[in-house]
Amino acid sequence: MNHIAPGRHAGVYTYDEIDRRFVAERVEQFRAQVERRLSGELTEEEFKPLRLMNGLYLQLHAYMLRIAVPYGVMTSRQMRKLAEIGRTYDKGYGHFTTRQNLQFNWIKLEETPDILNQLAEVDMHALQTSGNCVRNVTTDQFVGAAKDELVDGRVYAEILRQWTTLHPEFTYLPRKFKIAIMGSEKDRAAIRVHDVGVIAKRNDQGEIGFAFYAGGGLGRSPFIGKLIREWVPEEDFVGYLEAILRVYNQYGRRDNIYKARIKILVHELGQEKFTAEVEEEFARLRGPKYRLAPEIVAEIRQHFAPPPFEDLPATSVSFDGARVQNEAFARWVAVNVTEHKAPGYAVATISLKPAGGIPGDATSEQMDLVADLADRYSFGEIRVTHTQNLVLAHVKQDDLFALWTALEGAGLGTANVGLIGDIIACPGLDYCALANARSIPLAQAISARFADPARQQAIGELGIKISGCINACGHHHVGAIGILGVDKKGEEFYQITVGGDPTLTTAIGDILGPAVTADEAVDAIEAIVEVYLANRHDGERFLDTLKRTGHGPFKERVYAAH
Amino acid sequence: MALKDAAPKAITGNRLRDGEVVFFQSEGVWVERFDEAALFEGAEAEAALAAAKAQADRDQYAVDVYAFDVTVTGGTRIPVKTRERIRALGPTVRTDLGKQAAA
Repeated sequence: MNHIAPGRHAGVYTYDEIDRRFVAERVEQFRAQVERRLSGELTEEEFKPLRLMNGLYLQLHAYMLRIAVPYGVMTSRQMRKLAEIGRTYDKGYGHFTTRQNLQFNWIKLEETPDILNQLAEVDMHALQTSGNCVRNVTTDQFVGAAKDELVDGRVYAEILRQWTTLHPEFTYLPRKFKIAIMGSEKDRAAIRVHDVGVIAKRNDQGEIGFAFYAGGGLGRSPFIGKLIREWVPEEDFVGYLEAILRVYNQYGRRDNIYKARIKILVHELGQEKFTAEVEEEFARLRGPKYRLAPEIVAEIRQHFAPPPFEDLPATSVSFDGARVQNEAFARWVAVNVTEHKAPGYAVATISLKPAGGIPGDATSEQMDLVADLADRYSFGEIRVTHTQNLVLAHVKQDDLFALWTALEGAGLGTANVGLIGDIIACPGLDYCALANARSIPLAQAISARFADPARQQAIGELGIKISGCINACGHHHVGAIGILGVDKKGEEFYQITVGGDPTLTTAIGDILGPAVTADEAVDAIEAIVEVYLANRHDGERFLDTLKRTGHGPFKERVYAAH
Repeated sequence: MALKDAAPKAITGNRLRDGEVVFFQSEGVWVERFDEAALFEGAEAEAALAAAKAQADRDQYAVDVYAFDVTVTGGTRIPVKTRERIRALGPTVRTDLGKQAAA
C-alpha cells in the first residue's frame, strides 16, 4: 500500500512564494473590484471583463465559477478543497469540463472572493478560465504514466501556463485562445481541434522538439488545425508560440466575435501565408529573451519527477486471480484500465458517466472519496480528462480490485471508458445561458438505453458527444456520433452527425439527415448501432465500418419511418 | 398584430449580488417566484422593462434584465420558451435544486 503523505509525490507544479503572493494579491484585487461593483462604483460593463478574467460567468440560475485545473492535474488536497467549496458555497456537487477544469453552478458574486481565497490556500485559482486570453493549457490525462508516452506534456504545459498567465501582450486577444499539448503515440488531447495543438516528440538524437498545429477549433465553424511547423527545437518552444500569438493578435478580427478565432485567420490567409507570417515573426523575435533554457526545463521537470514506484513484477497474481473470479471487475479492467510504463502498475480511469447519470458531475462526497483513494493508491495525484472523467494514474495492479470495489460502492465504478456510455455532454439549456436545447437529458436517456456493460463492450469504441448549442462545448463535431441540440420554433430538436474523430486521424462529423426529437434521437442511436453491428467486419470500430460503408445504410435505417 | 406581440410579458433578471433569478413585480420590488411576477401587455411592457432596467441599474440590484413571453391559460401562467421555464423552476435534470425544490 502506498501510505504516502498526501500530495508529497503528486506530480504537480508546486507554487513558490512568488506564485502564492501573486494569487493572493489577485484575490484581494478582485475582492475590491466586487465591492466597487456592488456599491455601483463600477458599472456592469466595466466589471464584466474583470469578472470573466477571474473565471466567473453569469448563467441561467446563478453565477458559475470555472476553476482552473492546470493541464488537468491536481493533488488530493486540492480535490478535498473543491469538495469543501462545493458543500459550503454551492449545492454539494461540481462539473468536470471538456477543458479539464471544474465548474460550480450556484455561486454568489458576493461570496466569490472568499471562494478564491479558499482556492488560493491550496494553490488553485480561476484565472484565465474565461475572457479573451490564453485559457487552460490541456494535455493527455495519462501523462507521466502511459506506456505509449514519448515526452511528458506536463512540463511544457506548465511552461506555457507560466508564460501565458497575465502575459501583458496577450491579455486582450481578439478572442479566447485554447492550447493543447501531448507527447504520446495516441492523441488523447484532441490537439488538432484547438487554436494551437502541440505534439511533443523526440528526434533520432533523442532531443525533444515539437510539431505545431494552428487554426483548429470547433464551434460554429469547425476547422482541423494545419501543420505550421514539423519540428521546433525545445529552446524555441516559447518563442514559436509567441510568434503565433503575435500574428493572431495583430491580424485576428476584432469586428465580429464569430470571426475572431485564429481558425478563421488561418483559413482566410491559408496555411502557406499564415506559416510565412509566423516564421517571419519568429525570425524577428528569436533571441536570448525567448530562448527556453535547458536549465529552466530541467527545473520544471523536477516537479513532475516520477513518484517512488516500487520494484514490482510485471504481473500481479492477485490481480489476475480477481479478474478470473469477478466478471464485473474484469469488465472494468478491460475498459477502464490502461497499461502503465512502470512494471506492476496500471492507469485507472474513473468514469463519471454512470448509466442514466449526468456526464462529468461529481458530488462533494465522491470528490472526497476520490481524494482518499488517490492518497491510498496513487501517490495523492488525480487527473481530469477532457472527456469529463477522472484518472488515478499510478495504481499498483495489486490494488486495482480494492480500488474498484471502493469506486463501485460510490457509483464511480462504471465500466464504459471510450464506449457508447462514455458520453461527453455540455451543461446545455439546463444550466447555460448560451444554450438552445438541453443536452444532459438526452445523454441520460442514451446511456440508460445502453446501460448493459456487456452490450457496451460488444459494441466497442464509439464516442457520442452532445452539445446544446453551436458553441460545441460538448465537442459534437468530433463525435463518432455527434448530436447538436437546436431550437426549431420553440421546440428542442437534435441534429445527428457521424464520422467525427478527435484523434490524429481528425475528422469533423457530417450531418446524417434532418433534425429529430429527443425520443427519436435515442431510437436513432439504437438504429445506428444495429446497422454497425450488422455490417461490421472483424476488428472494425464504428468509425471504420462507417468509412467503408458510407452514410447510406445508417441514414436509410434512421430515417426509414420519415 | 402577430399573436406573439400580443402575448403578455414578464420581466426577469439575475440579482447582482448572488445571481438568483428574479422577476419584476412593481417599482423597486423584485420577487424570486415567477407566479408572483407582474405581467404586462403591449406598449405597457416596453415602458415597464425600461423602468425596471433603470431601477435595477441604479440600485445595483439586478443585471441582464429582459422581458419574455408568457402564456396564460385558465389562470395558469407559463413562460413560452423552454429557457425561461427552466429559469423559473431550475434544471430539469436536478429537480431537487433551484426554485422548484423550494416550492
